[in-house]
Amino acid sequence: MRLRLPFSTSALALLAIITLALAGCHKNKPPIVRPMPPPPASTSEARPPAPPEPVPEPAVVPPEPVKEDAIASASLDDLNRNSPLQPLFFELDSSDVSAVGQTTLNANAALLKKYPSWTVTIEGHCDERGTAEYNLALGERRAVAARAYLVSLGISADRLKTVSYGKEFPFDPGHDEAAYAKNRRAHFVITAK
Amino acid sequence: MTRILRPICLASAAAALAFVSLSARPQTPTQPPAPPAQQPSDVITTINSGDGAPPRFAVPDFIALSPDTETAAIAKTIGQVLFDDLNFEREFSMIPRDTYATIPAAKAIAEIPFDRWRELGADAVLMGTVQKVGNTVHVEARLFNMKTRQSVFGKGYDGSAANARVYAHTIANEIYQQQRALKGVALTKLTFDSDRDGERMIGTVENRGVKEIYISDYDGENQRRVTTGRSLNITPRWSPDARSIAYTSYRHGAPNIFISNIYQGTLEELTKGNAENWLPAWSPDGTRIAFSSPRSGNAEIYVVNRDGTNVRQITNNPGIDTTPTWSPSGTQIAFVSDRTGTPQIYVVGADGLDLRKITSESYADRPTWSPAPYNEIAYTSRTGPGNDIKVKDLASGEVRQLTFGEGTNESPAFAPNGRHIAFMSTRSGKAQIFIIARDGKNLKQVTKAGNNYQPDWSK
Repeated sequence: MRLRLPFSTSALALLAIITLALAGCHKNKPPIVRPMPPPPASTSEARPPAPPEPVPEPAVVPPEPVKEDAIASASLDDLNRNSPLQPLFFELDSSDVSAVGQTTLNANAALLKKYPSWTVTIEGHCDERGTAEYNLALGERRAVAARAYLVSLGISADRLKTVSYGKEFPFDPGHDEAAYAKNRRAHFVITAK
Repeated sequence: MTRILRPICLASAAAALAFVSLSARPQTPTQPPAPPAQQPSDVITTINSGDGAPPRFAVPDFIALSPDTETAAIAKTIGQVLFDDLNFEREFSMIPRDTYATIPAAKAIAEIPFDRWRELGADAVLMGTVQKVGNTVHVEARLFNMKTRQSVFGKGYDGSAANARVYAHTIANEIYQQQRALKGVALTKLTFDSDRDGERMIGTVENRGVKEIYISDYDGENQRRVTTGRSLNITPRWSPDARSIAYTSYRHGAPNIFISNIYQGTLEELTKGNAENWLPAWSPDGTRIAFSSPRSGNAEIYVVNRDGTNVRQITNNPGIDTTPTWSPSGTQIAFVSDRTGTPQIYVVGADGLDLRKITSESYADRPTWSPAPYNEIAYTSRTGPGNDIKVKDLASGEVRQLTFGEGTNESPAFAPNGRHIAFMSTRSGKAQIFIIARDGKNLKQVTKAGNNYQPDWSK
């Protein structure tokens, strides 16, 4: 929550709603909304998160969508820094989409329908217990499982690329079951909007 | 003195057959090409302990024949590295160097104090000299049999002063060949991927760390970076000629197989596009590369020519097929498949026929086929919360375990003579490259900086 500064209150509200809605379904699941690791302090991205995008906004369009839809106005980086598309979690050695996972994907599909110009890369990730080599294929199978489910909900496959990172990029660097559960995931990156 | 010198010259003349890359040449050009080996005693060059135990070897610092500090440093380095090289294969019983202090340092080869070395228990003493010649150095090495007081090996080398270790490695390989008919690995290299630079990927919100491909000498010296992609570069594999490294790189987003020709500094893209391609493995003749790709919907094994042409699919199964490795003859490919539910090792002909299952582990990955004369496959096995390295003898079916639950242990790679295995282990905290002998002894850590993964060992 601390890292949500870049978002306007309406974005906060929307995310809170999604979070609450999903949290109701998740009893023993890891928290759905979690801040990503902080952006690098040294790069240009470290500038104060202040007024979101003062430059492009003013001239272009009527004011209404800006106020109403903070997601639509956010930059790609801001969107991905705290994505409205929730990650999908998996059991050990599994690429099955669970009932809870289906709820997550239903919400993601709804967003993708609301923003039909978005294209997304689905990243497949694994926990560290599997081997680095096999995990490349397992991560891909997880990403493909997520894509197949979204396609079954009517999202065009053209909008959904997949890539596997195996166990190269754990979300949580810990070495316990709580960390592993967060690391076995399909992570959604918005690549165009 | 002449009594000592004569056999030296004979031995060096005999050794003249084996030429080395350092422009080695048989020493003592004054020796007439004359009668090689007319006496039986000149032919018997193998040094034994006499009691069946490995012969006891001493390797003092080489003698610096030039007064400058660089020559002195080279002489010292060669002695130390030779000792380590000859210690590595455990064929010789190496007498610790700190016990040599009581023996007066020779100022010339001719002054070797045989009696004192015998008192120390040495069966063999490897000595040598280093002399500066202009911008280059001249190195001579001689192996003495302490019982017969004869030199059984003598050879000279001329070359750059820049890397003293190469002289030692070259001499060590020749001693292994002569004394044990063993192909030494002293001049071989490792490759692995590492996050040691702490660099971050460009253009990712998540601030992810990069991995780059590194190489090092087999003993962990001279570690240097090969890739500068500022990306995820993993699963490096040496070409059979040890001049190129194939690896998986995410530098264009989707993982693809790249080949770095490390001495030319050129880069080739073997596969391209958004279909993912991973885990290259060179055929033993270097003409083909096997890899895994989910391009047809799920991960299958493919083989492609070295120049990127003629891609053919080797496996076809709804399960995952990945992590290929070649048999030493190039006629078979071992790989991993989870077609029965869990990942296990399989072997298939390079033509895709004659499939058989090799392991019945709870989870097995990263097969690596041993070189001849061994016929084994090393692999990673899930043994508990972590993984361990196991080796399966394909003839007997016997499985032996080399590591036992200290951290997790993955990604085995055979030394080119099959006597050691490099692998990744977290036993010391971070992920590091270790080497272990084929019997599970002689464990040695070769990396320390950052995390290091997925080693491969050059021919």
